[in-house]
Amino acid sequence: MKIMNRRKFLKKAILFIPAVGVLRRLVGDAHGKATAEGYDPANHLYGMGIDIDKCIGCGLCIDACKNENNVPKEPFFCRTWVERYVIKKDGSVVVESIETGKEKGRQKTNEADILRSFFVPKLCNQCENPPCVQVCPVGATFATEDGVVLVDSKRCIGCRYCIQACPYGARYLHPETRTADKCTFCYHRIVKGLLPACVEVCPTQARIFGDLKSMASRLVRFKRTKRIHVLKPHLNTEPKVYYASLDGEVR
Amino acid sequence: MSEELTQKLSELLREVTGFIYPNEVEIHWSILIVVYPYITGLVAGAFILASLVQVFNVREVQPTYRLSLLTALAFLLIAPLPLLLHLGHPERAYEIFLTPQLGSAMAVFGFVYLWYLMAVLLLEIWFEYRQNLVVWSRQEKPPMSWLHAALSLFSRDISERAVEFDHKAIRVITVIGIPSAFLLHGYVGFIFGSVKANPWWSSVLMPVVFLMSAIVSGIALVIFLYMVLTPLRGAQIDMKCLDKIASYLFYAVIVDFTLEGLDFIHRLYESEESIKILSTLVTDKLFISLWVIQILLGMLIPLAIMVAVKSLKFNDELRKLFYFVSVIMIQLGIFATRWNVVIGGQLFSKSFRGLTIYKMDVAGVEGLIVALGLLILPFIVLAILLKILPPWEATEAREGAVR
Repeated sequence: MKIMNRRKFLKKAILFIPAVGVLRRLVGDAHGKATAEGYDPANHLYGMGIDIDKCIGCGLCIDACKNENNVPKEPFFCRTWVERYVIKKDGSVVVESIETGKEKGRQKTNEADILRSFFVPKLCNQCENPPCVQVCPVGATFATEDGVVLVDSKRCIGCRYCIQACPYGARYLHPETRTADKCTFCYHRIVKGLLPACVEVCPTQARIFGDLKSMASRLVRFKRTKRIHVLKPHLNTEPKVYYASLDGEVR
Repeated sequence: MSEELTQKLSELLREVTGFIYPNEVEIHWSILIVVYPYITGLVAGAFILASLVQVFNVREVQPTYRLSLLTALAFLLIAPLPLLLHLGHPERAYEIFLTPQLGSAMAVFGFVYLWYLMAVLLLEIWFEYRQNLVVWSRQEKPPMSWLHAALSLFSRDISERAVEFDHKAIRVITVIGIPSAFLLHGYVGFIFGSVKANPWWSSVLMPVVFLMSAIVSGIALVIFLYMVLTPLRGAQIDMKCLDKIASYLFYAVIVDFTLEGLDFIHRLYESEESIKILSTLVTDKLFISLWVIQILLGMLIPLAIMVAVKSLKFNDELRKLFYFVSVIMIQLGIFATRWNVVIGGQLFSKSFRGLTIYKMDVAGVEGLIVALGLLILPFIVLAILLKILPPWEATEAREGAVR
């Protein structure tokens, strides 16, 4: 009889230990939701405006982003980048990323042949219908209530399906963490009321960050006063990065 | 960060033509992801061939029935390995089973795979071999008798009724198995076909094309194995069986070719925004692997050979030679098909303005050596399975009974 009891006790003890582990994990997850004090994501919906006419292609936004978010310095890993478009009189178009352009050697165009030229900053479009979130097999990529698509680097298995699914090339595999990485609108800053790093450093205010739920935000005014367009609208991703003066050549 | 990667990407950048997004310099799905759909295709194809015997009662194919099942199992056991090795965090792979995001086609992998392995293949093989296992475990000496007894799950009943039940069970499982095999490979096609960002992949035909090419490659593999293994154990190749399977292969190749042709013509005719860059892709980057290997060597020449075999009366030896050459070429062609889908889909920029290149590593996890290893491994598993579960005896016994 005694032996039976001991056996029962051991059985229950063996079950108890993992059960406590699971419970602790669940409790921890429930607590892990805290953001900045007094911040309620339900009251916000973030987006960004890009005023193409104002961008001078200085690349400060790229550096600021890389410094702020521990993005590798090499130009093959980008949360944001700037494309330089040169449209020639004969209709041909030369495009390069200003960062990789530096590495590859800039393509010179004879000034007399140029019809027009401009810069286009690119970043994650924080889509309303994000294909990357749809394809993530483990739910590591998710959209927050306030409209930002984030990656949980502790959950990401590094299958790279999201990188394939993004129509904008906005994702890369971080070589250190071996997980998918992308623009977060500097989520750690915006929940504290700060601007994303790229917006903060832009000398010409070509990037306009704001809350679509606040009528007083600069972004809402930008959307009202400019003729805006989004990238690849036919894919129905519903981007929340809005471009003013977007040229038809930009994809 | 690894300097090697940086250096590699710098080199690749110099070979980029036109404009690509900066994050596109690195090719994300490598040779391992080519190997994966190739292997699952072989599984699905081999199983569907096996089903012909059970469901459609094609008696001629009986000699390859068990071989097909074991081939499917051997390749299925290895199928997740290339995926696992490719992950940035293989140690987290279990998440796909425990906390799947069911909206993702990829998350369904765990379920489709387990369903197919457990509910279809293992079960069918068990019922098929149960009688033999019981008999073997009684006749043999340890340790083989132990192993066979364990594999039979210590069942002992080989009465007529029990064996009859086994046969019934096999039929039921096969009926469930065919749609499951379609699901297994169709869903692999869906993983690619549903990526709307990528015009080379995004096609509703993709799962169907994957499936047909899977059937082609699976049948070709079983023919290859049958033709190699039968002489090796000193037996005669059953020409009736071989002719029959080869004619199935012939029809499968025709359907596959038609579907791929339809896909091609459809793209060309619709001529969407991406047509220019895709034209450059197929005429430049994929010229050898698509036109020469996939279509000419992998389809047209084998088709021509099989038409010749069907219309001219060759003797047995010549037919064997022709079949053998055809199945090897077809195998090469289907591998090229997978390559053209997986790698081809990543060689052009989603800006449709430029092309990058893929330089395969030789060493390293995602290199050629590992890929070759993964392609050889299923054959080693198959060799072990053939030792434990010899597929020949029953076939020959049955044939003897018929005679």
